Amino acid sequence: MIDFVAPTIDWAAVSPVLVVLAAGVLGVLLEALVPARARRSVQLVLTLGALAGALVAVALLWGRVQEAALSVVGGSYLLTPFGLGVQAVVVVCALLGVLVVADRPGGQDAFAPTAAAVPGSTYEEQARRAGLEQTEVYPLVLFATGGMMLFPATDDLVMLFIALEVLSLPLYVLCATARRRRLLSQEAAAKYFLLGSFASALLIFGVALLYGFAGSVRLGAIAEALAGQGASPLAGMDVLALAGVLLVVAGLLFKVGAAPFHAWTPDVYTGAPTPVTGFMAACTKAAAVGALVRFLFTLAEGMDAGTRHGVEVVLWTVALLTMVVGTVVGVVQTDIKRVLAYSSIAHAGFVLVALVGFSETGAAAVLFYLLAYGLATVGAFAVVTVVRERLTTPVPDAEHGAASAASDTLLGEATHLAQWAGVGRKAPWLTAAFALFLLSMAGIPLTAGFIAKFGAFSAAVDAGAWPLAVAGVVASAVAVFFYVRVIVLMVLTPPADELVPDGGAPDGGAPEAAGTDAGPDAGAAAHAVGGGAPTGTLTAAPAATRTVVTVVTTPGPAALVVALCAAGVLLLGLLPASVLDLAGQAAKFVP
Amino acid sequence: MQTLGLAPWLVGLPLAGAAVLLLGGRRTDRWGHWLGVLASTAAFAVGLVLLADVLRLPADERVAVHSLGTWLEVGTLQVDAAFRVDPLSLTFVLLVTFVGTLIHLYSVAYMAHDVDRRRFFAYLNLFVAAMLLLVLADSYLLLFVGWEGVGVASFLLIGFWDHRRENAVAGKKAFVMNRVGDMGLIVAMMLMLWQVGSLSFGDVLGAAGGMSTGVATAIGLMLLLAACGKSAQFPLQAWLGDAMAGPTPVSALIHAATMVTAGVYLLVRSAPVLEAAPTAQLVVAVVGAVTLLFGAVVGCAKDDIKKALAASTMSQIGYMMLAAGLGPIGYAFAIFHLVTHGFFKAGLFLGAGSVMHAMDDSVDMRRFGGLGRALPVTAVTMGLGWLAILGVPPFSGYWSKDKIIEAAFVGEGWRPWVFGTVALVGAGITAFYMSRLFFMTFAGRRRWESEGEGARHPHEAPFLMRLPMIVLAVGSVALGGLLTLGGGFTTWLEPVVGHAEHHDPVLPVWLIITLTLVLVVLGAALAFRLYAVQQVPVEPPASNALVRAARRDLYQDPVNETLAMLPGQVATRTLVYADRTVVDSAFLRLASGVRRAGDGLRRSQNGYVRSYAATTLGGLLVVAAVVWALAY
Repeated sequence: MIDFVAPTIDWAAVSPVLVVLAAGVLGVLLEALVPARARRSVQLVLTLGALAGALVAVALLWGRVQEAALSVVGGSYLLTPFGLGVQAVVVVCALLGVLVVADRPGGQDAFAPTAAAVPGSTYEEQARRAGLEQTEVYPLVLFATGGMMLFPATDDLVMLFIALEVLSLPLYVLCATARRRRLLSQEAAAKYFLLGSFASALLIFGVALLYGFAGSVRLGAIAEALAGQGASPLAGMDVLALAGVLLVVAGLLFKVGAAPFHAWTPDVYTGAPTPVTGFMAACTKAAAVGALVRFLFTLAEGMDAGTRHGVEVVLWTVALLTMVVGTVVGVVQTDIKRVLAYSSIAHAGFVLVALVGFSETGAAAVLFYLLAYGLATVGAFAVVTVVRERLTTPVPDAEHGAASAASDTLLGEATHLAQWAGVGRKAPWLTAAFALFLLSMAGIPLTAGFIAKFGAFSAAVDAGAWPLAVAGVVASAVAVFFYVRVIVLMVLTPPADELVPDGGAPDGGAPEAAGTDAGPDAGAAAHAVGGGAPTGTLTAAPAATRTVVTVVTTPGPAALVVALCAAGVLLLGLLPASVLDLAGQAAKFVP
Repeated sequence: MQTLGLAPWLVGLPLAGAAVLLLGGRRTDRWGHWLGVLASTAAFAVGLVLLADVLRLPADERVAVHSLGTWLEVGTLQVDAAFRVDPLSLTFVLLVTFVGTLIHLYSVAYMAHDVDRRRFFAYLNLFVAAMLLLVLADSYLLLFVGWEGVGVASFLLIGFWDHRRENAVAGKKAFVMNRVGDMGLIVAMMLMLWQVGSLSFGDVLGAAGGMSTGVATAIGLMLLLAACGKSAQFPLQAWLGDAMAGPTPVSALIHAATMVTAGVYLLVRSAPVLEAAPTAQLVVAVVGAVTLLFGAVVGCAKDDIKKALAASTMSQIGYMMLAAGLGPIGYAFAIFHLVTHGFFKAGLFLGAGSVMHAMDDSVDMRRFGGLGRALPVTAVTMGLGWLAILGVPPFSGYWSKDKIIEAAFVGEGWRPWVFGTVALVGAGITAFYMSRLFFMTFAGRRRWESEGEGARHPHEAPFLMRLPMIVLAVGSVALGGLLTLGGGFTTWLEPVVGHAEHHDPVLPVWLIITLTLVLVVLGAALAFRLYAVQQVPVEPPASNALVRAARRDLYQDPVNETLAMLPGQVATRTLVYADRTVVDSAFLRLASGVRRAGDGLRRSQNGYVRSYAATTLGGLLVVAAVVWALAY
């Protein structure tokens, strides 16, 4: 007989994750119980409430975790100050991201009425007419958020893998649910799923190797084994350890979106519904970088100089490559979502710059960077959701025999850069906010991005990695080009409303061309034509039908998010001291 | 001092006036000029209160500093917003506010028909505020604020009628040449920071004695450069003549009585530095002597009444600089001459303004003549100013200028002979050109039409213009004598400039005075013969090379253009060319390189999952290989 001893669980330490995941489960139940009419409101309240609750829990734990890391179930869940800091960033960005998800410019949200319907089918058209909404997106967002919060707060490689899947699977689904350009969206989801599985396989393979090496899946035990202690029969086989570390790091870097594991990023960011893109760009990156810091910083303690040097070489190579790919390829993009996607790749590189050296200042810089980047990213994608195409069809007036009235239909997002010309005149405040986000991403002083970049690069210089810092500064300078190009386009170029020809083929007319970088012209045509119409409504278009770019400026949650993010970016740029202090506290004992 | 707290009000009142007039806009058009007069008058009243308070104190307690607190603090440098009230600054305060108030009054009438009169008064008030800040500041940095402030006000007022291109250009010229001088002040301040670590007068001047001669010389020369820019001294004199493009009251206040004397103030204030640097002191005296002659020669050939007066101003300030360069025996006389000059030169300019008012803004003296009968008040007031500048006893110029000439003859070696002779000859030339100006304008036959096309109907100016002229004329007559009584003025300045030991000139004093008077009478008589008795041609006659050169300001503009402007332009053009061909093209090539690289890398983003997975795997293998190669 084995005596079963119930584990004592520090519920308070788990509470941030628990609140979010429990609300997700509750949300699934509510889908079944609440009448369709009220579902969206109920889900929204539940989701926002859960995230706000998680934020409160994080705040309450802040002081406690400073004294000692909180270990639950033998380290399966290990809350360090740094992990808590990452959770805070994730929750803040998720809160803002959910508000964008909830936005309904022109009365329709960004998600398909029924994601299961075949694109362009009668069933889908019926669902659209019935006004169905896919309110499952809220629980899905909560599950993903829960996984992200778990990701940097575990000492257990198996738990790390579980967290990876918990955050990834809902994202795969979310990517497939766009209301418009559905084929593109489904293609993106399929790509993300396949490549994500591939990365997961790499990671779990790495876990297996490390387990073989150390005889344990605990990071602490592996670090000890690396240091030559412990009782594993394979201890001392550093090749095994290094290969394992490399594979796990590759799996994590895939989620971070760092080159050469970045290939999915532009396609998935473009195809996914824009609110989801904003959410995952900000939160996934934060969580994955958090997990990477946790993994590397813990193991670095046990590594001998040679192994450590090897890992540093990996970081150097990847950071350098990521910055170059992100900025250089970003320069030639013609689609705003792809510009932001490559910008997010470049930022992954800048964050990695802060990591080399495995120092506390580096970790603090990473936290601040993630917050600054997250605010600007969620805000920028929120702006993208409200810059739309509008189909104007003059209705012939029988009595006067003239086209006196026009019926307007709000179409999808106007993501081609040419369509953004002159947006500044249509919506000056929104443009100002967008310019602020871009300038922050470019790292212009007085914005959060400047302080963040400064912190990251000075951490690298402190660690002796000044060539990397120099490369980062050069890459930032190149990146300024494409950020400023968008601003110039919005503010100084006159609008070209008649640029886009009449709405043509139904949705997904050119799915093969869409979602790649291969040909800018083909891509542009796909966005202009394929993205033209709401699903299935299009009959033969009258000759006078034209598509104009319009900005939905009615106040909604997205506008609130833009305002909040802009305020945050400015505040972090002007008065960064208190947040820097918090980041410093969170980085006190990193692992 | 009980009233010391009033000192900031001296700056604040006119500044507030300027702010109200500039921010109030057109709403203040109707009463704005009176507000300007009021602000200036109030500042004068405050100055009088301070004077009364200071006079009650014994001489050694007459220097007081009033601090408003720390102005800026950078590292170890701390500068207070402090005002220094002492006999020297009070002298300037009273000169600026008194003459300034009179000129405000004059301008009410002179600018009556100008649509922008309010703006004019705003600038005048701004000038008064900046000038008072300049003289009251207790540190070089705060002085610099006022220094730049008067520069801005001067620029705005020279170009006040900027719808005419040459006025705007004149304003720009003054501004640019002043900037050259300002660089001197900036460099001087840097040197002080380096040597002393402070910019307050007390610290810097206290440490002057302990400086090495080289540093003191460098600081002294840089201060001299600053003074040359502001006071139109050689070689930065070229802007003053063009500055006459501004309205005449501006010429009277800024470009004759007050601002252009700021350089003299700066040097007298920095006297301890100059005394620690004999070379710099000598250069100051040389610059003064050169400018003295330069201005006098140019003044002889000018037919434009305002430009002749401007040349005279330059020459008179040359006297002051010469005195400031003579050391302790000269400081008090430099300031003394500055004060008397402020009165009679302002009076002369206002007279010139009255003549222009009468002659439809004509300034060509060859077309004046015989105006004495039409403009009796103007003729009398200008006549008194003329006698004062000639140095005829007992008018005020005699008391101040004659002392400078005497002081120039003091010393050993070649210096007294050179400086003394220059000062003496300068007095003679001054007598000639000022008499020429006076006789060409008021005496002789009239050379203007009273009927038909282009007819002039000269008439006396309104009372508001005549009153300041009369007051200043009274000052021109009596001020010098009054201030000399019992050595009053030199004693008054002693707490600042120190006591000057009496030295005997190399020539007996009676001989110097006699020589001076003889030369003055000769100059005046020559002018009388040429311009009052003989007929003055309406068109300037062809003349010898010296006269032609003097008419063109001794070729100062071509020289400046060749020596300063041309190399500068060549340098900028070369740099622009280099920027375009080297920097820009390198940058553009980098940009197109990035773009080409982007186009190339973009091909790998082909949309196929299989190739993405291959990229990922390939990348992993490459990274692994790199690590392997490096680690083992």
